[in-house]
Amino acid sequence: MSDLPLLSIVTFMPLVGALFIFLIWEDSESARRNVRMTALFTTALTFIISLGIWINFDNAQSGFQMVERVEWIGENGIAYHMGVDGISMLFVILTTFLMPFCILASWEAIESRIREYMIAFLILETLMIGVFCALDIVLFYVFFEAGLIPMFIIIGVWGGARRVYASLKFFLYTLLGSVLMLLAIMAMYWQAGTTDIPALMSHQFPASMQTWLWVAFFASFAVKMPMWPVHTWLPDAHVEAPTAGSVILAGILLKMGGYGFLRFSLPMFPLASADLQWLVFSLSVIAIIYTSLVALMQEDIKKLIAYSSVAHMGYVTMGIFAVNVQGIQGGIFQMLAHGLVSGALFLCVGVIYDRMHTREIAAYGGLVNRMPKYAVAFLIFTMANVGLPGTAGFVGEFLTLVGAFKANTWVALFATTGVILSAAYALWLYRRVVFGTLDKEALKSILDLSTREKWILYPLIILVIFFGVYPSPVFDVTQASVDALINNYQAALEGAVTAAANK
Amino acid sequence: MQLLTEIPGLNLAAPEVFIAVAAMVLLMIGVFVGEGSSRIMHGLSVALLVIAGGLLVFSPENGAAFHGAFLMDPFARLMKVLVIIGSGVAIALSVGYARLEDYGRFEYPILVMLATLGMMLMVSANDLIALYLGLELQALALYVCAAINRESLRATEAGLKYFVLGALSSGMLLYGCSLVYGFTGHTGFEGIAAAMAAERSLGLIFGIVFILVGIAFKISAVPFHMWTPDVYEGAPTPVTAFFAAAPKVAAMAMLIRVVHGAFEPAAADWRQIITFISIASMGLGAFAAIGQTNIKRLMAYSSIGHMGFALVGLAAGTEEGVSGVILYMIIYMAMTLGTFACILSMRREDGMVEEITDLAGLSRTKPMMALVLTALMFSLAGIPPLAGFWAKYFVFLAAIQAELYVLSVIGVLASVVGAFYYLRIVKLIWFDEPEQDFVPMASELRLVLGVSGIFTIFYVIVAGPLSAIATTAARTFF
Repeated sequence: MSDLPLLSIVTFMPLVGALFIFLIWEDSESARRNVRMTALFTTALTFIISLGIWINFDNAQSGFQMVERVEWIGENGIAYHMGVDGISMLFVILTTFLMPFCILASWEAIESRIREYMIAFLILETLMIGVFCALDIVLFYVFFEAGLIPMFIIIGVWGGARRVYASLKFFLYTLLGSVLMLLAIMAMYWQAGTTDIPALMSHQFPASMQTWLWVAFFASFAVKMPMWPVHTWLPDAHVEAPTAGSVILAGILLKMGGYGFLRFSLPMFPLASADLQWLVFSLSVIAIIYTSLVALMQEDIKKLIAYSSVAHMGYVTMGIFAVNVQGIQGGIFQMLAHGLVSGALFLCVGVIYDRMHTREIAAYGGLVNRMPKYAVAFLIFTMANVGLPGTAGFVGEFLTLVGAFKANTWVALFATTGVILSAAYALWLYRRVVFGTLDKEALKSILDLSTREKWILYPLIILVIFFGVYPSPVFDVTQASVDALINNYQAALEGAVTAAANK
Repeated sequence: MQLLTEIPGLNLAAPEVFIAVAAMVLLMIGVFVGEGSSRIMHGLSVALLVIAGGLLVFSPENGAAFHGAFLMDPFARLMKVLVIIGSGVAIALSVGYARLEDYGRFEYPILVMLATLGMMLMVSANDLIALYLGLELQALALYVCAAINRESLRATEAGLKYFVLGALSSGMLLYGCSLVYGFTGHTGFEGIAAAMAAERSLGLIFGIVFILVGIAFKISAVPFHMWTPDVYEGAPTPVTAFFAAAPKVAAMAMLIRVVHGAFEPAAADWRQIITFISIASMGLGAFAAIGQTNIKRLMAYSSIGHMGFALVGLAAGTEEGVSGVILYMIIYMAMTLGTFACILSMRREDGMVEEITDLAGLSRTKPMMALVLTALMFSLAGIPPLAGFWAKYFVFLAAIQAELYVLSVIGVLASVVGAFYYLRIVKLIWFDEPEQDFVPMASELRLVLGVSGIFTIFYVIVAGPLSAIATTAARTFF
């Protein structure tokens, strides 16, 4: 089993599916059915195979596992180098897990050009998995950037009214951040003589250089994350994207920012991370409070959830840069949980959007009368979003706050107010959409969840509650790698202190 | 055969001799057969260029000929192959167009061959006089090509503009040559380099500046780019496709050889100039293209920007930089020819259209063409994993190594601005509704588009070997 290039198979399996769909040329009803089935089958198979990664994964090891390496461009140059450690492995699983739901969510919602749609999604899946598996920094960049192409097409072709604006904004914002990172990658190559991520992690960059490199990487990941004040592309992209696009955006693409911080910023530039901790903390706290307040005033359901995503990502960055076990473990957990919860929330919005074709909060009210099952599902995800104990949302939020408290009490104090604010906007949204009397004429004939929608939402409910009460499967995986990360970070800081003292 | 042994090193110039003879033979055939021979001449000239390319590839001999005025080395061989490919494809692209637009003249392929000959001389020139001869042969052929459609007012205007500005730039180049010769006493590049290493006078720097100005005209780098949009727009589209590819490659190759061969001791001086025109070209290419509605004008600004990016590698002044520029030119040529194959396919029942809005909804009317054109646009914008990204990657890699941080940051920011107008075309193709279908693509356009698309999309597969080839070629200078 271990001889198989499992990571490559999982990464490129969706591409094979995309190729099959590409070969379906006709445009009849049965052809469209075939396209959907092929996409669903491919993503499901990818998920099942990806579970093999988890099974083969050795929790005790902190290094990279299932490594594959093929020389690619130039001697001593870029290699096709893949591997996962405790930090990246679960993101791979999260990606493969969410994809079948995205395909299912698009089953009836997407009517035109279903073939191109599914191809774009499958290509996107390959690129997202590649981002988390890549162990060569240029390979990482290729996957990271290439994902913009299918996402641009998805938002632009199947999006809402302002799709052109949203897709362009999404593309250019992300590109702007990334190109600076590219220059930093080149500078690192000339400094360290390699583009290999494990080698770069053990390379010690000069302190003065670290700051610049850190800033360049920060430019990319902060946009991707997104952090205040470069978050403004996200609400637009979310609102205009089709449901499945929003799920992928919130569930996976945002996590690339956090993953980037963990993979590059902390281990490669520890001194700069320590120096600029205040910057991340301030931006995180502003994000948590400010975007929560903004979320309160939204009239569009998707926009509200988008702002709440920004706030939740604020906890992640805060936790990561607290650089202690609680903070980083919490940050990773929060990202995974948010992937499930926000994905599920967007799917919930998709359910009523497919029926009413509006996302305005004011257009709804009293849904509980006609859609009790939906109301329960939506309630559970709303509570998870608030961070109610017993749901997956709580564990991450609590741990990041503990981590931040250890690092800086004031940061934790301000960040905690975000918990209250998140309860305010989420519960208020729930009250306006689900509770109240059903007095709108259009809603009188609305139907409850269909079988397909139950298949989408119920597994997510189970997982959200399961990880809320029993989070250790996640922590078991991440433990060793996070410990190693923190040890290296502390060692680097102490090394710098002794070096300064010896001068 | 007697001749070959008497003139030392003539065999090094065998491909050039072959093309020169072939062009004259073709001219004879054309004159005797008359106007009806246009189609045969196109086919014949492509075949002859292929043979010349074969001669190049399968003659491993390197060395200098004609008393050092003509150099054959791995760099020259690679660039000449590129030039021949560019010219051959340009001729192929024009077959159907010339017939449909009703100006089919047998002279066009012959002129392209003569221009190719000039370009090959430029690439190999190791002496200011040889350089000038090659440059002028190429330029004169190109002036006529621009105005080949005599009935078209715009084409005539384009030809005239190109001629006047081209003549001006040749004059400057010549003036620079005379200054360099006057201050060093040499026209050969080795002699110039040796004299320059001994002493660098102000007059010599002036000479360098004028020569660089002359060459900057040819690669249409800012601030000597004025002719580009008008000529691109006015010339018949296949001619524009030709202008955009092979002559740029040849002029860039000549620039590399001049700065690294002759002006190496003055690297500190010319690097400043290159850095400036690089920044200016990238910036202007990015911003000025935003307002364009005609796709040929847009491609003109795009090519200005791309020349700026290629110069980033040259500004580094290192082996990595030159190898980056070579790769950039290979990839640029592939992308440009593919894009022009698309532009040439923008034909409706009532003739050619050139507005970018005519591409609206292409993904519904012509899905394959839309797919390839989308890939080309993302590639031109420099998005991985497409070829255009790797082109930019290697030039900026060299610039970072040379610690040209300001240049690099401005460059990548310009690439983001530039991405906007490429995205606008993608937006038209995918997001907008179609108005009217184009007529089916001609088979030669399909072929060019297909090859270019495959190269662009699957570049990652050939990236390793191509980088190795470029590195070998770049090593010529170091």
